[in-house]
Amino acid sequence: MTATLPHVGRARRWPMVGDPIYEGSRIPKRVPTIVDVPAALRETDDVLQVNFGPNHPSTHGVLRLIVDLDGEKVVGLSAVIGYLHTGFEKNMEQKTWWKAITYPERIDYVGYQNNELVFVLAIEKLLELEVPEKATWMRMLMCELNRIHSHLVFLGTSALELGAISMFWYCFRERETILDLFELVAGQRMHTRYFQAGGLAEDIPAGFYPEARSFVERMPHALDDYLTLLDRNKIWLERTQGVGLLSADDAIALGQSGPVLRASGVDWDLRRDDPYLAYDQVDFRVPVYNGGDVYDRYRVRMDEMAESTQIVRQCIDRLERMEGEPWIADDRKVVLPPREELHTSMESLIHHFKIVTEGYRVPAGEIYVAIESPRGESGCYVVSDGGPRPWRVHFRAPSFAALQATATCAQGSLIADLIAIVGSLDAVMGDTDR
Amino acid sequence: MNDFAKVPGYVSTTEAYGETTVVVERGRIREACTFARDELGFAMLSDLVATDYLDWAGKGVSGYIGTTAGRDLNMPMTQGLQALPEAKPARFSLSYHLLALRQGAPRLRLQCWLEDGDTVDSVVSVWPAADWLEREQFDLMGIRFDGHPNLARLLMDDDWEGHPLRKDYPLGGEPVRFSSAE
Repeated sequence: MTATLPHVGRARRWPMVGDPIYEGSRIPKRVPTIVDVPAALRETDDVLQVNFGPNHPSTHGVLRLIVDLDGEKVVGLSAVIGYLHTGFEKNMEQKTWWKAITYPERIDYVGYQNNELVFVLAIEKLLELEVPEKATWMRMLMCELNRIHSHLVFLGTSALELGAISMFWYCFRERETILDLFELVAGQRMHTRYFQAGGLAEDIPAGFYPEARSFVERMPHALDDYLTLLDRNKIWLERTQGVGLLSADDAIALGQSGPVLRASGVDWDLRRDDPYLAYDQVDFRVPVYNGGDVYDRYRVRMDEMAESTQIVRQCIDRLERMEGEPWIADDRKVVLPPREELHTSMESLIHHFKIVTEGYRVPAGEIYVAIESPRGESGCYVVSDGGPRPWRVHFRAPSFAALQATATCAQGSLIADLIAIVGSLDAVMGDTDR
Repeated sequence: MNDFAKVPGYVSTTEAYGETTVVVERGRIREACTFARDELGFAMLSDLVATDYLDWAGKGVSGYIGTTAGRDLNMPMTQGLQALPEAKPARFSLSYHLLALRQGAPRLRLQCWLEDGDTVDSVVSVWPAADWLEREQFDLMGIRFDGHPNLARLLMDDDWEGHPLRKDYPLGGEPVRFSSAE
């Protein structure tokens, strides 16, 4: 671990609204998500306004960018979101804690396992519930598989958008293996609802470790394949290097996190700097690049996939020695009793009935839990009034933060670069709009 | 004497679940944020969230038979609480979750309280990241931020009425076409 981190204690004094943010900043004045067309150009007939999205395949969902073009140059831009707003936070207030666990996965539907984890961790922290070690390590394994899955989707789709169609098939080949692993463990390929408050929904099935091991063996070779296909590809390099620049100071001011922040040269990863689960007991490196361009964001994610594979390997090693250990806490007020007890034990039947109908009660309090999801800091703010339903749930969405940097990254770029930039920010619109 | 007493508009500090909450006066939130960023080193605004505490603890404490608010045995959601939670000073809380990029990842929750119709200073000039965060809270919770350069709805339609995350916003209030109730 690095002893000191950059950008610490050298906070800048930013001037008030209306002035440039600070010397050298590329953040547009006043509103960071809007680039205004220069006054001299506005009078001419040269500027063409184009709606980029909301229904455009390279917006990764329903992002709308209103782009002012002077020829191929982007001279004005404003990002519009909200097309996928489905009121998850309001919905969760109407459900019991137990039922609400299904929702966070559908918010960030690519980094689902991590989003599920952050909500479950918040419940457990309010309940002050001890989680068995086996569950902790399995959660870590699932989250890292999910991180690889998410980065593979990023790599496949953003390369596809820049014309490298074959990347998409190779990435989705490995992604398929990960989804098969999820299916083996939880019965669902995505949105598994495998994490429960207190541990896991079920024990790890027989035959999981050999399958996971063969994936861990294959993944480094697959990464080599991707590097061979992309990293010496002149078209890929020219379309990504030096495009979509974001400086470290701008990234911090814009609240960036995850690979976007690390590609801008900020050495920051919550898994290392604020360890949760058992990340302090595994060896991994935090890749940091200084270019702040699309290429470096791609490099950070490539390196992270390699590191995540190593974490998965260490998790398997540890889990294989925990055969027969409990996978969920033994707290009958919160955790469903074992199925077989329902036929013989009156108390188990009552507990089962109470948890499913009324739900368990979570002590009153407010809490903010943050983890490092594939997209960055995924946070969950929860308020409980002591009843069986959350009073307020709010998600700090890393995609939401990332899209605020679109305008900063896109200044002075060409329309074709926009596709590379939006792809490199790796926003999931479900996460952005919630 | 704690480190946070010097925060402009300081009211109180609470420690719970390993988190620090510093409540400040509503009118001095921008000063407090600037102080937290420049003097305390909280360089990043992680999240901004408003909570509506309308009818907080209104269900009362559940007794053996029912609650003061009345419990419908056929409705599992109407049972009261086991104990009344602490009363809140105002209807809305506004929490700024700050993060310092240094070892140990210290976090701070700056909080202020406001009633319906109260406004609060925008912190876009302190952190540009507050732009969409404030617009979201305005959109969904109806909190007005003075000095925000573009305070428009973000997630809902521009012509939407009401603020959906408020507790008094009707559930299922949207008319549904071709439903049996028509």
